[in-house]
Amino acid sequence: MAKLTLEDLRKMREEKQKAMDMRDSANKNIQVIVGMGTCGIAAGAKDAFSALIDAINEKGLTNVLIRQTGCMGLCHSEPTVEVIMPEMPAIIYGNVDAATAKEIVEKHIVGHQLIDNKICDRPSIDIITNG
Amino acid sequence: MAFESYVLVCGGTACVSGGGDSVVEMFKKELEAAGLAEKVQVVVTGCLGFCEQGPLVKILPQGTFYVQVKAEDVKEIVAEHLIKGRVVSRLCYDPDQAKKLVADANIPFYQKQYRVVLRNCGVIDPEKIEDYIARDGYKALEKVLFEMTPEQVVDEMLKSGLRGRGGAGFPTGMKWKFAMQQPKGQKYMVCNADEGDPGAYMDRSTLEGDPHSILEAMTIAGFAIGASKGYIYIRAEYPLAIQRLEIAIKQARDLGLLGEKILGSDFDFDIELRFGAGAFVCGEETALLQSIEGNRGMPKPRPPFPAVKGLWGCPTVINNVETLANIPVIINKGAEWFSKIGTETSKGTKVFALTGKVNNSGLIEVPMGTTLREIIFDIGGGIRGGHEFKAAQTGGPSGGIIPPQFLDTPIDYENLAKIGSIMGSGGLIVMDETDCVVDIAKFYLDFTVDESCGKCSPCRIGGRKLLNYLNKITDGRGVEDDIKQLEAISDAMCKASLCGLGQTAANPVKSTLRYFMDEYMAHIKDKKCPAGKCSKLISYVIEAEKCKGCTLCARKCPVNAITGTVKNPHVIDQSKCIKCGQCIASCKFGAIVVK
Repeated sequence: MAKLTLEDLRKMREEKQKAMDMRDSANKNIQVIVGMGTCGIAAGAKDAFSALIDAINEKGLTNVLIRQTGCMGLCHSEPTVEVIMPEMPAIIYGNVDAATAKEIVEKHIVGHQLIDNKICDRPSIDIITNG
Repeated sequence: MAFESYVLVCGGTACVSGGGDSVVEMFKKELEAAGLAEKVQVVVTGCLGFCEQGPLVKILPQGTFYVQVKAEDVKEIVAEHLIKGRVVSRLCYDPDQAKKLVADANIPFYQKQYRVVLRNCGVIDPEKIEDYIARDGYKALEKVLFEMTPEQVVDEMLKSGLRGRGGAGFPTGMKWKFAMQQPKGQKYMVCNADEGDPGAYMDRSTLEGDPHSILEAMTIAGFAIGASKGYIYIRAEYPLAIQRLEIAIKQARDLGLLGEKILGSDFDFDIELRFGAGAFVCGEETALLQSIEGNRGMPKPRPPFPAVKGLWGCPTVINNVETLANIPVIINKGAEWFSKIGTETSKGTKVFALTGKVNNSGLIEVPMGTTLREIIFDIGGGIRGGHEFKAAQTGGPSGGIIPPQFLDTPIDYENLAKIGSIMGSGGLIVMDETDCVVDIAKFYLDFTVDESCGKCSPCRIGGRKLLNYLNKITDGRGVEDDIKQLEAISDAMCKASLCGLGQTAANPVKSTLRYFMDEYMAHIKDKKCPAGKCSKLISYVIEAEKCKGCTLCARKCPVNAITGTVKNPHVIDQSKCIKCGQCIASCKFGAIVVK
């Protein structure tokens, strides 16, 4: 990859920010974000991750993006999975095992329903977007 | 078909016992009656973390937050909020009678947590540099390289009031200033990622979740002090953090954000990893530098301070992971913004690894000045299993114990020091009445005795002596004079040890003596452990009237200490009993007690 100049970096940031916004609305794309810190992985995040992929393939969903992220801080509820999709509030699920992962795809993503007893509160507001 | 609204009812222990279940039922009933069952979904959630105000109800997508909701309030919420779209203000939390009621759950007031250090953890993909860049990543570096002089950067750090998060709380700007003022030449920037306190994992999570923020901060620091080379000293026990750092360093090098002429400027900076083998003393800065140089990790007397004479004799700044993670934000948002968070002397936030006997253990970040009560009861969801709060331990083996009378003390560097503990790196262990403080002190001493490098005798011999006395007390052989010995040795270690490890190793003993002398006395005089922890001072007894003679305990006992015949009360032979607790766990009638 070529070395960035200052202009390149700014352009890249702008483009990437736009891309992230697009994912949220216009593209109607769905993001599923799995917490994959040491804590999440130890609690079984990899099982949840593969169960999500299986369920998404099974349903033939092509508009779902599965991403990984670090620790959200909800250690008592690991593994955690966040679902961001149009027409639904962004939701963080905790204690996601393979069965819950399947439920997330079938009920939340396909059926637009929230799943009982699995929702966790977002720990904090975002200082990047909230000034 | 999507629902239009979602009613989230908190299913945490406190909310359920406060009537949360009937609130759920009532919502379902009322929504059905109003013909909204197809449009509004009712969901039970995990703890929403404002337990003292439960039962809690949150309505999405607006994020309206209702507190102390009772079944009889539900009808009004359905009619007003869900049908007419009007907030039921009487059920919103009123933080201060004079102020307006706040209904939006997304405002900082409800969110006791405030994430500066952990801003990207759990949000970005740590293995993608683009994700970090999109969230203002490397923007601070841009600003520093093209708009600021090193003096201005140091000045900004001084103004922000940021203090080292590794334990001692030395002002970061001062450290940078000392190093900057050294004559030009080879200087080094080191990140201390040798997180070793039992129960602490803040730095690991930060490195795993947001590695680029550390690289960016180190580059900024390098620019400020005039260093061209950085080292991250990280424990080899953190394989995932190492892997993600390696990916991040490669990505940054590929894009020219590390290396020669960064972003086309005249500034060169590169970072390498150095792995620690897990010795606790290597978290001490002079020992850490020895270890990087390839020597045995042992501390050196200071001065000279590393900022003057550090790695290979060159001026070196050593900052902890959490300290560094603050730096890009301070540059981007300004020192003034940062200095508004926190207390008079301690600015910004602090990350804690909240563990122990608490319902919601986790990694939390709160503004300095938050009280222990808010952390344990609002964020942590209270003590597990309905037990009583007994004490909290901060600062790991170098810290002290905080008893219940200080639950409402705002936490900052000065206040913690005043009550005999330290901020430390941020481990926060909650204890209940089943934890014995003498046993806790023993646990930490055991750790520091093991980890003492042995170079200076106050730490090497003093620690061992302290541990011997603690063992004597928990074994029931203690005499009152032992307390005096504990105090004298603690003082000597504190004054005479070479480095922070020895100087603080007696803190767990000192603070437990200060606040829980009666518990020491119970061990010494009455030969009893009030918490029922110290095995030599307790005995397991079968209460004859409750024992059904089922023989289960006798079969479970690994040393055959329990005798008795079927349907007759059993007896434990105290001379054989090893106090393993298997009999208590197996008894279905609660007939076995600890005395």
